[in-house]
Amino acid sequence: MTYIVKPKLRHPGLPTNKLGFTHRDYEGSISTLCAGCGHDSISAALIQACFELDIEPHRVAKMSGIGCSSKTPDYLLGNSHGFNAVHGRMPSVLTGANLANRDLIYLGVSGDGDSASIGLGQFAHCVRRGINMVYICENNGVYGLTKGQFSATADRGSRSKAGGFNSDSPIDLVSLALLLGASFVARSFSGDRRQLVPLLKAAISHTGSAVIDVISPCVQFNNHAGSTKSFDYVREHNEAVNRLDFITPRETISVDYEPGTVETVTQHDGSVLKLAKLHADYDPHDRIAAMRYLQERHAAGEVVTGLLFIDPEPQDIHANLNTVKTPLTRLDETALCPGAAPLEKINLSYRA
Amino acid sequence: MPQPIVSTNDFVVKFANVNGSGSASANELFAKCVLRKGVPVGTRNIFPSNIQGLPTWYEVRVSGKGWLGRRGGVDFMAAMNPQTWDKDVASIDPGGYLFYDSTKPLPPSKFREDINVIGMPLTEISNRTYTEARQRQLFKNIMYVGALSSLMGIEPEVAEGAIAAQFRGKDKLIAPNVQAFRLGFDYAKEHLAGACGLKVEKADGVGNRIFIAGNDAAALGCVYGGATFAAWYPITPSTSLAEAFNAHCRKLRVDPETKQNKFAIVQAEDEIAAIGMVIGAGWNGARSFTATSGPGISLMQEFFGLAYYAEIPAVIFDIQRGSPSTGMPTRTQQSDLLLCAYASHGDTKHVMLFPKDPTEAFAFAALSFDLADRLQTPIFVMLDLDIGMNDWLCDPLTWDDNRRYDRGKVMTAEELEAGKVFGRYLDVDGDAIPYRTLPGTHPTKGAYFTRGSSHDRFAKYSEEGAVYVDNMQRLLRKFDTAKTLVPQPVRGTAKEPTRYGAIYYGSTTIAMDEALAALEADGIHLDTLRLRGFPFSEEVSAFIDAHDQVFVIEQNRDAQLQKLLVNECAIDPARFISILHYDGTPITARFITGAIAERMTLALRKHAAE
Repeated sequence: MTYIVKPKLRHPGLPTNKLGFTHRDYEGSISTLCAGCGHDSISAALIQACFELDIEPHRVAKMSGIGCSSKTPDYLLGNSHGFNAVHGRMPSVLTGANLANRDLIYLGVSGDGDSASIGLGQFAHCVRRGINMVYICENNGVYGLTKGQFSATADRGSRSKAGGFNSDSPIDLVSLALLLGASFVARSFSGDRRQLVPLLKAAISHTGSAVIDVISPCVQFNNHAGSTKSFDYVREHNEAVNRLDFITPRETISVDYEPGTVETVTQHDGSVLKLAKLHADYDPHDRIAAMRYLQERHAAGEVVTGLLFIDPEPQDIHANLNTVKTPLTRLDETALCPGAAPLEKINLSYRA
Repeated sequence: MPQPIVSTNDFVVKFANVNGSGSASANELFAKCVLRKGVPVGTRNIFPSNIQGLPTWYEVRVSGKGWLGRRGGVDFMAAMNPQTWDKDVASIDPGGYLFYDSTKPLPPSKFREDINVIGMPLTEISNRTYTEARQRQLFKNIMYVGALSSLMGIEPEVAEGAIAAQFRGKDKLIAPNVQAFRLGFDYAKEHLAGACGLKVEKADGVGNRIFIAGNDAAALGCVYGGATFAAWYPITPSTSLAEAFNAHCRKLRVDPETKQNKFAIVQAEDEIAAIGMVIGAGWNGARSFTATSGPGISLMQEFFGLAYYAEIPAVIFDIQRGSPSTGMPTRTQQSDLLLCAYASHGDTKHVMLFPKDPTEAFAFAALSFDLADRLQTPIFVMLDLDIGMNDWLCDPLTWDDNRRYDRGKVMTAEELEAGKVFGRYLDVDGDAIPYRTLPGTHPTKGAYFTRGSSHDRFAKYSEEGAVYVDNMQRLLRKFDTAKTLVPQPVRGTAKEPTRYGAIYYGSTTIAMDEALAALEADGIHLDTLRLRGFPFSEEVSAFIDAHDQVFVIEQNRDAQLQKLLVNECAIDPARFISILHYDGTPITARFITGAIAERMTLALRKHAAE
């Protein structure tokens, strides 16, 4: 529907948040992705999360790489600066941006090709440096923009729409993030906004490296029998470990299902998702247990979702580098330039 | 036997050592002793891509006249490395001197008839005096500096001052080093008096000049120029620039009250990430740079295109080394010129600066951040290993306290609020430089989406041919604006009218100055133009137009500067005569003088025949 210009009219009865912004103030351009794309659901969840968190839109920097997922920052937060970098290199651009201005909220939006193939190295190093960010991988196991090649997150044994067979082992970004020291690690499903929105809110409020792998079926190229990233497959194998009780200083976000129950969600295309929810005894503060649990459930063919690990007191790169509180970008010559007199002394130190 | 070379304040000493043996600081001490006598020196460290055990050389050109480029030839060889003995002995000029460790006798076949041999039992004296293996090695080095000082007339007091300065802060080391120096000095005084005709005589040729490496000076330029962010990946010969920036920031950029850093430095996982971080920080308004060499420039290509097309400030120091591929990592060249000028796929052009020495490296480093902000594009500061890693005797660094940083066209929240039209790629001033907003400026105005895909004047995605062409044309006009902002070339006029010109840049300058004086003495006159920036200003075309033939002197195989001149100034290649030096050692005045004289003779003969 990309030919339709988004109407500027605003219903007077639209609810506003604490800043007086409506939901519309957090929207962006109209999506150019395929109808039913999981990525659009993630954009909607991000918009809702920012609205509910009363974030000033211009305090957000949206960073992405190249691919379907990387286009999505254009479709949300139209009053935020965005940066569509080069393929697989968003993490480095985000790192530099973050160090230049520590006052903004950094959303890194990427895909499985961007993060797990061409950009695996940058993903890894960005996470291990403890950049204060929300890194979202919109994971569909497939290259959508180039029409359906396997990505590195595709499970061994999955079949492509064209009939190809994937014989390579998959890369699990969640396991990697745990291994590399991310202080917030979660997985969710684009079709599960009730799980995703609180997770995003918690991740945005987290002051360290937050990684969320969101399985997001590709309606064109990876939603068929034989795919392990299809709506059906994820629906049948989703193993949610917990409910996210995300609390802001102002309110408690509650979810409307109980531990151990099965949640039934009807999608806009009429499909029904049944999501097994919550293992009440799961401890999201134990990195090692989380890694073991992931491997066990993966071996059993299940896709674990929920908040897998959180370090309540993360230390970010600014703490590690001991940078000043004022963003570097705001320092002027009085703060930065030592001046002529010290240079005289410096010259003396270089005399033979 | 030719006459022994007799020369005061004009000779070349070369030290042949094994790397990792502690010789570097001893050899530097010798250079500083000469400087302390008021006599200029040019030093060159010739080292392997290795940490321990391979041959390394240190050349000290002593020149009372102040010619500090590599001269070529060796008058005095301190041959301390058995591995390279034969070559080292062979490289001595007839009548020159060979200084060696005579502890173990060597057969006569290992020497030459036409040189003067000065033996000293260094190992024997050292082993007699010291018990620890490490001490024996280190102090042997200082001992030969003592011996050379005695042979060449450098007083112990001069050396003691230099030793005290070198070990300032590690005061315990001063006395033992002075003692080792004295051991060598006294031995030579007693046993080798009158053996050497090369003398250092007190002069007044150094003045207030400083002795500094280009990477160090460039790093200081980054501090003065307001760089707050650096991302880099270790690679010879650029590493010392990033490390020097770190060291200078720790002294000059720590908030005295909070003890917090007004800078951030990240050692990235590779060069691609380094330039990505720099571009991210530049997008956010922080002055940012990376330092690398040819292989890093190759890796960064895709990001250069993004920064060019999305118009993001960035500064890149390219410390050029022997290429292609891994090439000669510890040797010098000027061979990345074309790679940087047109870096990345598609139609791109980049601004380059060409400092001639560490002093200019400081000035151009500081300037590069103004240019990057003003032009919103990557700026390449083209250094090389010779400038970057060798200590050069050069003018002191200067700074004008009235100078303000030029942050370029950044639209403020107030201007947006007042209703000023913001189009990220809109040329409102006619100089083809658009305004940008920094992220976080205004709640509802001025946000835009930065992308490497085709965009219109208001930063919206567009695949329309006309929109694309409009933007690409503006980028060309912006490059024209850059011509007026980069440092202008320096013109030199020959004493007599001439139809011959010479164009050169960077580290070639110091050898060129000397070559020009020598050529002039031989009656060969050349007008000169030293290039300091790219794109070339109108003056460059005018200079070439004003001469029948123009020598282009550079340090690469393919005449890259000449090609750039042909391409950018639309000039007939037949107007140029290439003088190319690319064996990895710095170009010498002897080489330039010889090459130009030969071609001039040919040209004049041809002219006469016609």
